[in-house]
Amino acid sequence: MIRDALEIAKKDLLIEVRSKVLLNQLLPFVAVVLILFGFAVGTENRTLVDISPGIFWVIAFLSALLAIQRSFSIEAENQAKDGLLAYGLEPGGIFLGKVASIFFECIVVEVFLGLGVVFVYGMRLNSVALLVVSAAFATLGVASVGTLFGALAAATKVRETLLPLLVLPSTAPVLLAVTKAWEDGISSRIGIGDPWLGLLVVFGLIYLAIGLVSFGSVLED
Amino acid sequence: MKNGKFWVGLLAVVALIGVALTYWLGLFVTPPDVIQGQLVRLLYIHPSVAWVAYLAYGVTSVGSILYLWKRTRSLKWDRLAAASAEVGVVFTALTLITGSIWGRPTWHVWWTWDARLTTTALLFLLYLGYLALRKVPAPRDKVAVRASVAGLVAFIDVPIVHQSVVWWKTLHQSATVFNASLSPKVHGEMAWTMLVSFISFTLVYLWMTIKRYQIETNIDEFDNLEVEAAIAERLQEVDELVNSKTSSGTRDADPRDGGSIS
Repeated sequence: MIRDALEIAKKDLLIEVRSKVLLNQLLPFVAVVLILFGFAVGTENRTLVDISPGIFWVIAFLSALLAIQRSFSIEAENQAKDGLLAYGLEPGGIFLGKVASIFFECIVVEVFLGLGVVFVYGMRLNSVALLVVSAAFATLGVASVGTLFGALAAATKVRETLLPLLVLPSTAPVLLAVTKAWEDGISSRIGIGDPWLGLLVVFGLIYLAIGLVSFGSVLED
Repeated sequence: MKNGKFWVGLLAVVALIGVALTYWLGLFVTPPDVIQGQLVRLLYIHPSVAWVAYLAYGVTSVGSILYLWKRTRSLKWDRLAAASAEVGVVFTALTLITGSIWGRPTWHVWWTWDARLTTTALLFLLYLGYLALRKVPAPRDKVAVRASVAGLVAFIDVPIVHQSVVWWKTLHQSATVFNASLSPKVHGEMAWTMLVSFISFTLVYLWMTIKRYQIETNIDEFDNLEVEAAIAERLQEVDELVNSKTSSGTRDADPRDGGSIS
């Protein structure tokens, strides 16, 4: 299963490197939204710093949606999904591979976004360990739910509208928890022992487990 | 079958009497609260409908698991999950509406970004998404698989809604009935009224779910009949075509022998 996962992740990332959609579309999208939020909220630095964890994660989740949609649109072309199944790859392996590639793409976006909120909004990073670990588990949660629902929505004709309707409410608890963890990390109130981080770990693992168990049924679609 | 109809009818009557009793106890027998005054009467309804929403989503997730598990896979579990989710959405809407009516005089706003309210609204949206997914046209078994996965993921929000008043210290009070020590903070006739309300609304849920399940079964049967009728119609057309060609003595290729019908 791990070998299948590595193959799928390698394939998806290779497609990404060759097509450069992440570089040419996703990162500019992130930059535009970051600046738009600055316009919308106002130029007062204090307000932007206060709400920067929320802004960061809303943009991160929206870009994750685009990454998920992209990940499954490449499988929809030329019935590539059927090809994967015909190769005899394990559904769990395909799921983990997809999660890994979406996770990696989201991390790239988040690093870029992080630089944006630090240099443009003036956000301070006090507890870096808490910020990094909570971001990793939040991204794992979003990538897991997104992969599951991405595969599910890809089989329908209304995938563009259905995916956000399914993914955003499902990952809203993750958004709440990671925003709280980041507020703690920025204000240096608490370190790696933050209870919000515990909640994120639980969410991340539950979503991953549900995805692993049910992805086979989704692929039958 | 007739016996089943009788019991479902009886369930409806008992549920209706229970709801009427709740209203009578809540409006005329119980006294006003020392702090909340007459507003407390709304609380004989609000926690009960919220409980029913939890219960409904719990049944949906069980139905979803049983459908996804290949050994127990049957459309009856999917129908149960669908029926229960639909009733759950109605009761979640009622929870939000009754909460909002209570919140206006208490907090002076119809809506506030309180943790319990926000997570309940999310729960409502999650299951609206579930119902929207069910409406996406697809073969029946595919609808069931998609919905089961979505139903399973959506249920994760239920414990979050319940625990939200513990994790986030916001406006909504902590659990009065289903608290950590399992000792309700309501006593006397107020507690009895609440108990009657919980039982009555649970019976209403059962009745609505059974009726909705029956409708789902009828829809499935109707769809199957439509498919069978369409197949029979096509076969009849083929027979008529063959007969007409045979009788006119110009028999070309019989479509059933591999010929094509234009």
